[in-house]
Amino acid sequence: MKSSEITLKCHKIIGGYGEGEALVSHEPICFYLTDPKTGVVRERSHELAGKSLANKVLVFPSGKASSVVQIDGLFKLASNVVAPKAMIVKDVETVLIVSAFIAKVPLVDRLERDPFEIIHTGDFVKVDAAKGTVTITKRKS
Amino acid sequence: MYLTKEEERILAGEFGEGTEKALELLVAIGDAYDAEKMIPISRAHAASSGQEGDLYFVELLANGGARCKVPTSTNPVYDIEYFDKLFDVPKDEGEVARRVMDAYKRVGAILSWSCVPYLAENIPLYGETVAFSESSATPYVNSVIGARTNREAAQSALAAGVIGKAPEYGLLIRENRKGTDLVKVEAILKDEFDYTLLGYYVGKRIGYGIPVLKGISRQPSTEEFINFCAMSNVSGAISMFYMPGFTVEASTVEEAFQGDVPKDKITVTDHELRQACDELQTTSGGIDFVMLGCPHYTLKQLGDVARLLNGKKIHDGVSFWVCTSATAKVLAKRNGYVGVIEKAGGHVVVDTCIDEPCWIAYKDKVGMTDSPKCAYYRRFKEAIVARLEDCVEAAIKGRWG
Repeated sequence: MKSSEITLKCHKIIGGYGEGEALVSHEPICFYLTDPKTGVVRERSHELAGKSLANKVLVFPSGKASSVVQIDGLFKLASNVVAPKAMIVKDVETVLIVSAFIAKVPLVDRLERDPFEIIHTGDFVKVDAAKGTVTITKRKS
Repeated sequence: MYLTKEEERILAGEFGEGTEKALELLVAIGDAYDAEKMIPISRAHAASSGQEGDLYFVELLANGGARCKVPTSTNPVYDIEYFDKLFDVPKDEGEVARRVMDAYKRVGAILSWSCVPYLAENIPLYGETVAFSESSATPYVNSVIGARTNREAAQSALAAGVIGKAPEYGLLIRENRKGTDLVKVEAILKDEFDYTLLGYYVGKRIGYGIPVLKGISRQPSTEEFINFCAMSNVSGAISMFYMPGFTVEASTVEEAFQGDVPKDKITVTDHELRQACDELQTTSGGIDFVMLGCPHYTLKQLGDVARLLNGKKIHDGVSFWVCTSATAKVLAKRNGYVGVIEKAGGHVVVDTCIDEPCWIAYKDKVGMTDSPKCAYYRRFKEAIVARLEDCVEAAIKGRWG
């Protein structure tokens, strides 16, 4: 089957370009509760438990947990080169912005369509934060 | 976001990489919140933590030649030389703490290493615009003092201190400071610990919001306010609250809600406080330590501990710690409090917080504290939360319950 490509506008928060396989979480993410060496989510009750954030384009509603652990968590993933390639978020707050800034992970919000409807785990996603675009190639089925 | 000529030059790197990075972060935050511009701040508090993410950012700024433009205080880290003599602190963790403290010094911060800097080292006044991180300091500064700050991260607060400005959004704007939830307090609040329980309960019920508490019958003390602020940010995220009549910004409930008083309310009776208290007393039996001073104890509280310990001896199997600021300890020493506590077998320790790797010796130990915030960090096997008087009594007996 031929794959379809769709480009949507978004709002840049932290600039840069990142591409990879989409990983969608409907629950908030705490980076501290991932394995710093592999990026695997360790939070047992989380819908992404056992899945790795490494090199993915992470789509999630918001961050959670105290500022220190959240920032340190993403920073450790980035130091070990297992951070997401880019992040698409729904509700952004200061701590998540700082986390993305120091880990140098492109971060965007306000996609012109609901990211949870248009992006599914396994799609291939390119995030060009500087240009303010997200390009989605649907997973072949 | 609108940027001035000078701000554009900073972003172009004309004033060095440290200043450039600081403003870059603030602009990213401003863009995310649709701030129109940057506005001047008069002071900042960076919730330094001695962890790797913290180290990266403060070194980026310090090595890039940035210096704080307005008074910028620091949160606790720990003195590795002091703790190295007591416990086996992992070498690499100690090195991170040492480098963090050195970098904050180079960036020109006030080396307060205190989580209550608004009491002595860096005091905002009513109406000032500031950038205060530390989840317990943010609501104190907004509500008790009536200065304006957003809920900052350590890095955004430090960046604001370096630039002397913050993006204008959120709680810096009057309309956003209006109450969200009405809380009717029917419980009788007797002491500091009752405010701990009230904060814990309100944070848990509201989560994220600006509660307006009515029915408080007398003026809360500084320490009672500190406890309410700290504990409502353990169970929730409360960056501002009102107690009309006692906090400064609104004298009536209507004013706190900017005329928009909600119909629903949360009621807090003695029953809810007792329930919160039971929830926190997780176990009983022998204890290995007592940890006080989360947030940092004030001079008054160090006096309370000294009175309770006067002439007594702490049980051989129990280590007894009181965390405070360097400023408070100087006066506590002069007043004889430190002498009494040490004579009883306790320690008064400065510049640190229970959420630091220096306490690794207690990882598998059971202890007591008067602070749910201290218990929450999970640096210990178990930390039972109870009144100060009960913690001291248990320290003397060696057991609780």
